[in-house]
Amino acid sequence: MNAHAKEFNESARRYTADLHHRDWIQKALSGYYAKRDEFKNRFQSWSGARDLAAETKWEAINHLDRYLDEFVSKLEARGTKVFWAPDAQAARDYIVGVAKQHQVRAVIKSKSMTAEEIHLNDALAQAGFEVAESDLGEYIVQLREEPPYHLVFPAMHLTRQQISDLFHDKLGSEPTNNPEDLTMVARRVMRRKYCKAEMGISGANFAIAETGMISITENEGNARLTTSLPKIHVALVGIEKVLPRLSDLALFLPMLATAGAGQSITCYNTLYGGPRQPGEPDGPEEFHVVLLDNRRTELLADAEQRDALHCIRCGACLNVCPIFKNVGGHSYGTTYQGPIGSVITPHLRGLQDWKHLSQASSLCGACTEACPVKINLHHHLLHNRRNAVRARPALLEKLIQFGFARMMCHPALYQFASRVGRLAQPLQRWLGGTILDPVRAWTKTRSFPPLAKRSFHELWRERKVS
Amino acid sequence: MTNREIILGRIREALKAPAPHPAFLELGRADLPVGLDARQRVPATAQKWLPPVGQATAEQIDLFRQNAEALKAEFRACANVNEAIQHAKNLAAAGGWKKIGRHRGELTDSVARELGLVEVQTDQGYAVDDLEGCDAGLTECETLVAQTGSVLVSAPGSGGRALSILPPHHVVLARRNQMVPDLSAALQRVQEKFKGKFPSFMSFISGPSRTGDIERILVLGAHGPKKLTILLLP
Repeated sequence: MNAHAKEFNESARRYTADLHHRDWIQKALSGYYAKRDEFKNRFQSWSGARDLAAETKWEAINHLDRYLDEFVSKLEARGTKVFWAPDAQAARDYIVGVAKQHQVRAVIKSKSMTAEEIHLNDALAQAGFEVAESDLGEYIVQLREEPPYHLVFPAMHLTRQQISDLFHDKLGSEPTNNPEDLTMVARRVMRRKYCKAEMGISGANFAIAETGMISITENEGNARLTTSLPKIHVALVGIEKVLPRLSDLALFLPMLATAGAGQSITCYNTLYGGPRQPGEPDGPEEFHVVLLDNRRTELLADAEQRDALHCIRCGACLNVCPIFKNVGGHSYGTTYQGPIGSVITPHLRGLQDWKHLSQASSLCGACTEACPVKINLHHHLLHNRRNAVRARPALLEKLIQFGFARMMCHPALYQFASRVGRLAQPLQRWLGGTILDPVRAWTKTRSFPPLAKRSFHELWRERKVS
Repeated sequence: MTNREIILGRIREALKAPAPHPAFLELGRADLPVGLDARQRVPATAQKWLPPVGQATAEQIDLFRQNAEALKAEFRACANVNEAIQHAKNLAAAGGWKKIGRHRGELTDSVARELGLVEVQTDQGYAVDDLEGCDAGLTECETLVAQTGSVLVSAPGSGGRALSILPPHHVVLARRNQMVPDLSAALQRVQEKFKGKFPSFMSFISGPSRTGDIERILVLGAHGPKKLTILLLP
């Protein structure tokens, strides 16, 4: 077992036994379920909308070269600087380079999972730039020096008491039990930072090929301030974010809001098509778009799982996943948690190191059902399992399966095995779960049903009236 | 090889293996109007599945009101410009406004003149701290979207990027003929208006700034305006 798998298992075991955590997450999500269903029901057909969204993303991803080309040439035509980053290092170097070139002192950042993926904040900090996360949840986890718990709700695992203590410690604010007061503490801190920052960094939710724009979805307005006041705006965009047409947003914006946060529409959905244009009163002098591959093209090459690139990072699959709700977001040890993270992390960071995530699934299919773009998530977990075994066969498991198949095909062997089982089962009481137990991985947390004293086969033979 | 060629090369190589089209995975998909050009097909099909919107302007105004109020915005349909001015005066008195940010425009001019407050006009540029110190931002907009209760603002049409986000109260002045049924129609309208020469910034604003990051409890005014008022004129 590799180190990542070991860490996952230990953390998962700890969280699963933590009943407070489980209740807390369940409570935090209960309001979401109600609202999500309410707004889904306002659609004339949610399933029709899902079909169309899946089809639209299919079109974009399966013609990605063409749409990216169109996206970039439209952006460049209006003065945007586009950088193609084959990997995380190239993206980090470029962004740090822009900061150095302009001798910026303060950097403000709005929420971006892609930036988490490439550890952008660490790279900027190492180069001597102070980065402030402006999204409230991200700011809270940044102050706690921990990764986001959930890709949409970064601080959902924390209570107001914990946040009040944190603000008291780090910002010297008065302790309070009121979420509004806590939000205003962060608002005041951030206001000063927006006005001072020389560089704003954002992600993007969609990249519109037809018009050469990025679209950013948010509720707080922090991304809008991040992209309005500083003189440089850098947007980090995964290559899979492309949508063919501007009008596609009419479908995707309401779907993202409903699936992701149980809203009819998110508060701000903003389109950026360049730096400040002639005749506009404000906006950045420079607009940089960094297009990130970072092994997305490897996932693209897997036609079977290519639809995982349709993901719009709404987080709906996390919110319904029984594994996520029990092991919690931090156990995954990945940028992207939950079912989508378990599917794509093996592609982005190595199958053998991250295959254990695909084992942590009940295969209930709730994720696939919840996905607004119909990614075949739970089947992809099976595909990952199959690919992992194919690449590195597990010999012992293979032997066991072989033996099992032989036994099931040969009545004499089956009868022999069930007799041995019946004799051996009473030993379970003493040996169960210990090192002497051959099936301890199973019996450690489960009890084996008692085998019948006599098999159906034996009863049939006895009672048959010949 | 440039980075661009590297990435596009990887993509073309990857796409050599075809992935099945999702419509082929589903049975009973005869309802898709496949004959149309994809550009028309998507919005036309989306309209069938998104929340319904009535055809008449009065219905749309009603739906806009419901949606905007559900998003905690204030909406008021005014019979004439004087009613809008009076309402803006009430807001100014209630909020104790001393200084407002605004841009030049037919509607903003006529309302701001009557308010008689200290003004920061953003049209020719402004000092950030000056705008930050305003009690309200007064703007016009591109369209109002009935289906979602959203206001579409743009950099040239609404005084830039910051005016509608920095002051704590955003007041929007709109005309009745700016009401459109849905997001598709709003996007189509700006496409027709700007004819490819888009502004660098457009934003759908749906209610005042909000967050649920602390215990999923709704708090208004996270970083942007705590209040949003939409005044509809004839």
